[in-house]
Order: sequence, then structure tokens, then C-alpha cells
Amino acid sequence: MIECEVTIKNRTGLHTRPAATLVKTASKFKSDFLIFKDGMEINGKSIIGVMTLAAEQGSKLKLRFQGEDEEEAAKAVVELFESGFDEQ
Amino acid sequence: MKSLEHIAARERVLTGIPASPGIAFGPAYIFTKAIPRVEERELEPQEIEPEVERLRRAVEKSAKELNKILLFAQKKVGDAKAKIFEAQIMVLQDRILLDTVVDRIRSELRNAEFIISDEIGKYAHLMRAARDEYMHERAHDMEDLKNRVIRNLQQEKLVSRLEGTFIVVSHALTPADTMILSRNHVLGYATDLGGVTSHAALFARSLKIPAVVGLGAISREAETGDPMIIDGYSGTVIIHPTEKRRKEFERRRERLLKFEAALAPLRDLPATTTDGHTVELSANIELTEELDYCVVQGSQGVGLFRTESLLIGRDDFPSEEEQYLAYKKAADRIYPNRVLMRTFDIGGDKVAPEMAEEANPFLGWRGIRVSLDQPELFRDQLRAMLRASVRKNIGIMFPMVTTIDEVRRAKKFVLETKAALKSKHIRFDENIQIGVMIEVPAAALNARSIAAEVDFLSIGSNDLIQYLLAVDRGNALVARLYKTFEPSVLTTLKYVINAAHRERKWVGICGQMAGNPLAAPLLIGFGIDELSVVPAVLPEIKKIIRSLNYARVQQISREALNIRTAEEVEAHLRKFLKKEIPDIPLDGTQIS
Repeated sequence: MIECEVTIKNRTGLHTRPAATLVKTASKFKSDFLIFKDGMEINGKSIIGVMTLAAEQGSKLKLRFQGEDEEEAAKAVVELFESGFDEQ
Repeated sequence: MKSLEHIAARERVLTGIPASPGIAFGPAYIFTKAIPRVEERELEPQEIEPEVERLRRAVEKSAKELNKILLFAQKKVGDAKAKIFEAQIMVLQDRILLDTVVDRIRSELRNAEFIISDEIGKYAHLMRAARDEYMHERAHDMEDLKNRVIRNLQQEKLVSRLEGTFIVVSHALTPADTMILSRNHVLGYATDLGGVTSHAALFARSLKIPAVVGLGAISREAETGDPMIIDGYSGTVIIHPTEKRRKEFERRRERLLKFEAALAPLRDLPATTTDGHTVELSANIELTEELDYCVVQGSQGVGLFRTESLLIGRDDFPSEEEQYLAYKKAADRIYPNRVLMRTFDIGGDKVAPEMAEEANPFLGWRGIRVSLDQPELFRDQLRAMLRASVRKNIGIMFPMVTTIDEVRRAKKFVLETKAALKSKHIRFDENIQIGVMIEVPAAALNARSIAAEVDFLSIGSNDLIQYLLAVDRGNALVARLYKTFEPSVLTTLKYVINAAHRERKWVGICGQMAGNPLAAPLLIGFGIDELSVVPAVLPEIKKIIRSLNYARVQQISREALNIRTAEEVEAHLRKFLKKEIPDIPLDGTQIS
């Protein structure tokens, strides 16, 4: 199990498009991917879930990956957050 | 004894607006649509997999609908606003969400509607709780999506459920609902909302199915299976009628049918006044299925073929060939008389493939505006109409025209289509008549210059009146302000008729007003050349016209123009008609 914390860097937050990118990326891996924010626990492979997070710029999220390819999954997803979803 | 009292006590009488004549007896069927009611139902083990399959199909259908809306929206409102549909489509493709729903159906043994409503509802609830305004809008989208899926789930069930004959009871009915339901054995329609000239009411009339609208809360008062009487003449609906009441209505139905039968001999006679003035009396139709009825009723032609009915119950536009076959069928059946075809009038409250939502659809993208923005659709339709015109009995008219520029652009489309057909040696009527619907006040004021550019005008009184009076005819809160005999309406009608005649063009009227017994003498007195009415009332209107003296109605119409209020105009006309034709049953059969 890998746990880490990320900060939302992109201006528009986790709105529809970045949310879709996140879900798409996470779904490439077999590992389970959960996102925690303000007491909410959301499946990171579910677009409706990620949209519900309403994560705006600057908010912090806790991510948890669990499964055979958890390391690769974590790396790919964290990279997305770091790059601000390539949306500048 | 006790049980009898019990039954008697349950009788409830509701009064609404009569929208389509006729009396029917039968059980209620509660039809829910706008905000579907979700009932929790336990599943038997053997029902589980069919239920999952049903969900899959509903999700698939919803995605298909949304993709179509998305395409339309991208074209019309731009990518930015269209995004909301993209988000909805993505949610429909959410594997986690769907898997959760399917797992829950299997483990909790509960129906798809209940589970999907609960699952999406949870997220919508969280979104509503967020502070962000953007999230509140997303919550709305999710509710919308939820209702779409549930609707698709329930529509499938609806068809199989409507076995037997029912009086359909609903909060509101769209024209599409009315039509789709009428494929079953529907005895009548009773709705909470709606006005007499809503399109759903017009549909019911065309289909000769009794309807009462504006009943307030009948969809909550009645339950599926409740015995009911619906009286579309007086606007009465009785839930759990007593035996005595049933007998009373059976006698009433017989009396009214007898009056209708007495009109039959008039059917083959022309609509000529006692002093030899003839007007053309034709019928409005929605569907080619109505053609036979329209001929049986003694119509001289079709004064309005609402072609948008071809779009009902499908999620794409009919091909040119499909349209051609429908138009040809109408032209052949009515030959040697004429069929006036109105190009698609989509938008407003009309049947439309789902599009981007408009805040003000009646002031929005509808009628000729849609056609001019969609050149391919428009050309397909014009080609189909022109190809069907070889017997020279088709006229084409354009709805919702506001300006001369629109008339010219539409005519240019016709010219181009003609040239294209000619280059391919396809036959059509070179001199096909082109007309414009006068529905927008601006077009009424501009009637003379419009008339100069076309062969005829046709007054669409329903829309013209609602635009003139700024009253949404489908809004029960203001529907009473929709008054056919407002002096402003009379002045406008007279103005349009004179304008057409000054340009030596003929002018007809094809709204509901044309079929109002009180209005017929007024319109004929104004000099109208053609009345196009719903087939159901055609014999009655013919009887009225054949009893009138033209010189006398000209006089009556002149007097009407000097009256200041709608109520006094109506009283004036009622008094006149009662005196001239005492046996016309004016009370309760028509709403003015």
C-alpha cells in the first residue's frame, strides 16, 4: 500500500477535464486507488466520485494505492498532479 | 351497505379545462415523466439478470441521447456550454459507478430505478453541499442525468405495462408523450398542467381522444387502476364514480354523439354561405394516419401538415426518402385537393430532437430559424416536398418567420433545390405555391411586404395570439389571459387579411381559432379565404358557415372591431350565433 499527499496546482481545480484525465490514468492500472479529502473517501477511478470532490486550486488530497502495480500507479498519478494536468 | 357507502364516499369530481371533446370510461394509468417517481421494488431471484440488462439498455440509450444533444449543443452554443453534456456522458461511462449499481441490484434484490437513483443521488447530495456555485450546477446535471436514465428505464416498462385500455393521468404531457402513448389503447388524457391550446391538447384532438388539462393535482389524487370518467366537453373528471353518475354520463355521451351524427350529411357539401360566398375549409393534420379521417370528415384539403410529427419517437432526422414517402402519401390521398406543408417547426413547445436547453424557447431557436441554420436538413426537406409535388397539389409554408430577409433566404433555398432537381432530371411542380405563416407580431405588421414576396399567407393564430398577448398558452398560471377575442387580436387579424388582399394574395388561418364556432363568422366577415381546422370539428364549422349570410357577418365583424374588451366581443358573437343557428351547442364544447 502506498499513501501520499498531493496539492492541486492547476487553476481550475479538479473540474471535469482534469478529473477525466485522472480517472483515465488511474484506470490503466490494476491497483485500487482511493482519494481522501475532508472526511470523504472517493474511488479515484470513478469520474462521478472525483467530480464530487470539488477540489479547487491549493487543496490537499490524500491518495492511497493498493495492488500489484501500486508503485507504477502512484508514480503516474502523482506526476499528473505535479504537472498541473498540463493545464496552464 | 357499509361497503356501498364506502364506495360512494370515494367519488371525487375534478374540474379542469376541456382540451379535446369526448366522454370515456375506464381505469386510470398514472404516467410519470418530468421528474420520474422512483418506487422501491423487491426482485425475485429470476428477475435479477433481466433487471441488470434493462439497466444496461437504459444507460446505453441515455448515452446515445446525450451524444446527440452534445453534438447539437456544440454547434449551437459552443464547446464551453456543451461541456455539461460531456460530463454527463463521462458519468454514464463510469465503470465504478455502474459496477456498484449492478452489484447492489444483485445483492440487495432491488430494482434498477431505486438503486441508480440512490447512487447518483448520493453524489448529487454531496455536490449540493459544497460551497462552490459551480458544484451546485453539477449537482443539477447529475439529477438530470439520473432522471434521464430512470426515464429510459421506465419507458421500456411503460410499453409493456400499458396492456389493456386506460385513461392516462399525468402531471404534464409533451406532444411526444401523447403520441407515443396513443399507440396503446388510450381512452383519454387527464393532466395537472396545461392549457387548451398546448400541443398535447391539439394532439389529443387530432387523435379524437378526450382530454382534460389544468386539473391541478389529479396525478396525485388518482391511482393507477382507479375507475374514472373523463368528459372532454365540459372538462370534468370523476374518480371512483358512483353507479348513478356513470349512468348520467352514459346518457350524456349518447346525446352528444347524436348531435355529431346529425352533421354527417353536410360532409360532401362545400363551405358556402346562404348568399353564395365560398371559403375553403380544410384540415390540420399531424400524421399521415389522419388523412382518411380528414377525408371522411368532408375536408377540402389539408391546410396545415405539421411535418415535425415525423420526428416523434426517434432520435434522428428522417431521411429525404422517408420524408418523400410521407409527403407523397398525403398528396396522393388528398388529390385533387391541396396539401399545405409546413417545414419543420421545432423548438418552442413542439416536438424536437433534444437540444441545448434555452431559457426562453418561445423566443429562441425555432421554426425557420432552425431550418436556415441547418441547411442540410432544410434542403432534404425541400427536396422531399418538391419531389412529392408532381401532381401540383402541394404548397410549402415557413413557420416562425419574422423578417423579409428570412423569407428571401428561404425562397433562395427553394430555388436552389429546384435547380438541383432539374439538373438531375427529377420532376416536380415548377409553380409550387410558397407561403409564410404569420405568427410573430413583427411579421403581422410586415404582412404586406411579406405577401408581396410569396403566394399566400397563413395565420397561425395560437402563436400569434400568445406572442401578441405575451401569454404562454401552456402555463396554467396565465392561461386564462390567453383570450382569442382580445380587440388587439381582432385588429391584427383584420390588418393581415387586408394586407394580403392588397397584394392580391390569398390568406388562410390554421390555428385553433379557425375551429372555434364563435370565431368562424368573425373570420369570414373579415374576408379570410381559407379556414383550416382539426378534422374533429370540421363538420360543425361547415354547418355554421352554411348557415351564415356573408353580408350579415361582414356587418357583425365590423361591429366587433369597435368593441373594447374580449368578453364583450365574445358576448357579441355568441348572441349572434345563438340567434342565427339555435341548435349549435356552444356551451361547454368550446373554449374561446
